[in-house]
Amino acid sequence: MFPAPVRRLALLLACALVLPTAAHAAEVVVYSARVEPLIKPLFDAYTKETGVDVRFATDKEGPLLARLQAEGENTQADVLLTVDAGNLWQAAEAGVLRPVDSAVLRANVPAQLRDPGDRWFGLAIRARALVYSPERVKPDELVSYEDLASPKWKGRLCLRTSKKVYNQSLVAMMIARLGEAKAEEIVKGWVANLATEPLASDNQVIEAIDAGKCDVGVVNTYYFGRLLEEKPGLKVRLAWPDKVGPGVHVNISGAGVTRHAKHPAEAQQLLEWLSSPKAQGLFASLNLEFPVNPAVPADPKVTAWGPYKADPANVADAGRLQKQAVMLMDRAGYR
Amino acid sequence: MAGAVTASAGRRRPAAIPPSAGRLLRTAALALGAAVAVPLAVLFSVWAAPQTEVWEHLAATVLPGLVRNTLVLLAGVGAGTLLLGGGLAWLTARCDFPGRRWLDVGLMLPLALPAYVLAFVVQGTLDAAGPLQSALRAHFGPAAPGFEVRGTGWVVAILTLAFYPYVYLLARQAFLALGRGTLEAARLLGLGPWGTFFRVALPAARPAIVAGLSLALMETLADFGAVSVLGYDTFTTAIYKAWFGLFNLPAAAQLASLLLLFVALALFGERRLRGRARFHETARGAPPPRLRLTGARGWAAAAAAFAVVAAGFVVPTAQLVHWAWATASAELDARYLSLLWRTLLLGGSAALVTVAGALVVSLARRQFADAPTRAAVGLAALGYALPGSVLAVGVMMCFAAVDNGLNALWQMAGGQRLGPVLGGSIAALLLAYLVRFLAVAAGPTGSALERLRPSTVEAARSLGARGADLLRRVYFPLLRPGLLTAALLVLIEVMKEMPATLLLRPFGWDTLAVRVFEFTSEGDWRRAALPAVTLVLAGLPPVAWLARRTTAHADGD
Repeated sequence: MFPAPVRRLALLLACALVLPTAAHAAEVVVYSARVEPLIKPLFDAYTKETGVDVRFATDKEGPLLARLQAEGENTQADVLLTVDAGNLWQAAEAGVLRPVDSAVLRANVPAQLRDPGDRWFGLAIRARALVYSPERVKPDELVSYEDLASPKWKGRLCLRTSKKVYNQSLVAMMIARLGEAKAEEIVKGWVANLATEPLASDNQVIEAIDAGKCDVGVVNTYYFGRLLEEKPGLKVRLAWPDKVGPGVHVNISGAGVTRHAKHPAEAQQLLEWLSSPKAQGLFASLNLEFPVNPAVPADPKVTAWGPYKADPANVADAGRLQKQAVMLMDRAGYR
Repeated sequence: MAGAVTASAGRRRPAAIPPSAGRLLRTAALALGAAVAVPLAVLFSVWAAPQTEVWEHLAATVLPGLVRNTLVLLAGVGAGTLLLGGGLAWLTARCDFPGRRWLDVGLMLPLALPAYVLAFVVQGTLDAAGPLQSALRAHFGPAAPGFEVRGTGWVVAILTLAFYPYVYLLARQAFLALGRGTLEAARLLGLGPWGTFFRVALPAARPAIVAGLSLALMETLADFGAVSVLGYDTFTTAIYKAWFGLFNLPAAAQLASLLLLFVALALFGERRLRGRARFHETARGAPPPRLRLTGARGWAAAAAAFAVVAAGFVVPTAQLVHWAWATASAELDARYLSLLWRTLLLGGSAALVTVAGALVVSLARRQFADAPTRAAVGLAALGYALPGSVLAVGVMMCFAAVDNGLNALWQMAGGQRLGPVLGGSIAALLLAYLVRFLAVAAGPTGSALERLRPSTVEAARSLGARGADLLRRVYFPLLRPGLLTAALLVLIEVMKEMPATLLLRPFGWDTLAVRVFEFTSEGDWRRAALPAVTLVLAGLPPVAWLARRTTAHADGD
């Protein structure tokens, strides 16, 4: 009844369905919201060095967390890796991460970049900086995120959509520091200053400044670094908003060991290795992020932007106050 | 008279099939309905815990605007796909003009381009930072007039270009299937070309057009990729805001279930409006002559069709190739072969499974009118309207629950922990595709069945054909064009599918769409061009086959 190719396909399919997944002697399984090009080189290096296989599945944080929760104690995942602190905080809150008692991690990761309860650890720093047009803005005009709400920026500001977690974390940290009322006032000020409706990506913010549609914007530094590699003629510069106030808002890409990990020891070793100088150097060069390990210098392209003063608050606040921040931005009309 | 369209009042059922086969068919349809219903029920179950805080917040802030945006988008894309899809279908099916044979196939090509890819290409090309406006500024200085590729008009235009092929494909098949006799009868009875179109062709093609239109509109409702590239917030935005921003998956599921309810009501309403008319071609006859558009009219028709192909396929693909070229040396390696193979394997398997499911559902709808069957059939069409991630999570939760149950049972029986059994298996992924794309396959399958004359079946029966024999010798050959159309559509859809593939794929089972995600999720659109263009090229053969097949079918015999 069915032609031969169809029968062959069905057979193949049946095999794929019943074949058990190969058993590995030593392995660790990672659910990762950090995408493949930014983790595979690290995992490959780890496997080469230790012989431990790293299997991973990439997806967005939301589905990965839902999967961890639904799978419960039958999950295969040993490690959850994300690109922001908010989702790690949320995972810890949901009870899918376990505390890890590791002197190595405590030594390698500064206290404000890891969970006070030791359930997750930052592995790379993502700093949110200002970008501006050197033709229309003098660098010393750029002082802080709050200042972008001042009327002098009316019609000159470009922001990425509030739906992106980086902006949610930024506002959450502002709520932690200044209180909700003051933070809302600032966000309203931003909205009033927008040159155009919020954009879909950090790259678009940089390109809008380059195209002359606006004069100043807020982006994660590695987007700027990557775009500059691609388009060296970009008429955009980077500035640190740390002249007044607490300093530059930093987020982390980080990881924790799952509560129901089947290979907890291997998982902890992987995390420790990822925080070690060797891996930190890779982290830094793969995506132009800043290493968390203070002993490791950033990529020369990155250090060229000069040193900055980082906000010393613990990034856990970004998770604790994220919901409040999203609601605040909705109220302020920040789309 | 060689042929006529009979609009038979009242539901004419084919003669009863053997009770055993009937029972089997009905059980299978109910099982399929259940397969779709369970993940949806998981979503609806969240209403047990109303998320008052989130609802109040959304209602007071963004929701009214999002609902308005969504309705505007539906109206715009609905009108756009009807005009473009329906109009071009009539033009290529019933008229003749220079280049028609090429454009016939060409007009299907935008189907190979995922909507989110079209959106990022159009924006990357035409927006302020793109090559066009940059060149303008370089020439005329910074004061050169510019525009932004955002806002309602652009979103409607881009989604229309991405989704009109659904209407085009199905409407064109319906127009091609009109017999010479039908159209001659209409002309003899005094109708002009326009009258024939509006009073005969359109009503006869209505089920097909509606099937295409509902696919286009459900895609529009479920779309998150294209609208977020273009910064246009819709109801889907609220779903993801509740989930990713407010960390409230139950509230997101509640919002999604409202979306489903809306689609269910719309589909139900259309069925009621269509009434009980059924159209059957009573004789095939020779294909009717095409209306020859000569001179300026012919060239205008060709230009219009070509403009659509250019905007929806040629220009975006050229831009993609241009971008992909820059990254190909660093990125293109042997992995792409395995990415391609997995993409095709998953698409092909899903097409088989889903078309089989759609056939069961359509046959059951034709055969049985009881409430459970009707409910199962209705449910089967709904998976397509859900945003992909939401549906994927619903399916994933079901599998996880089954796995947890199996593990608990096994351990009670004294065994070791099994770990995931269904979760992360190909079977799970295929079931998710089935749930999502049953509606896609059901359209062409259902339309094909509606055109199957009861008298043919009765004649076969009276000649002694029974059961499987009847299926093999009568149903299958007659339905094959429709089934093949359905299979190709599902294949193309599955190749482009992203959220369910991401969440449910076995470890290491990356596809081209997954590769696109790996770049776009970090905002790296240009590096996504290589996997995207590979995906488009891989989709071309099935799309071209789809288009060619239906042409040959009309011109050949």
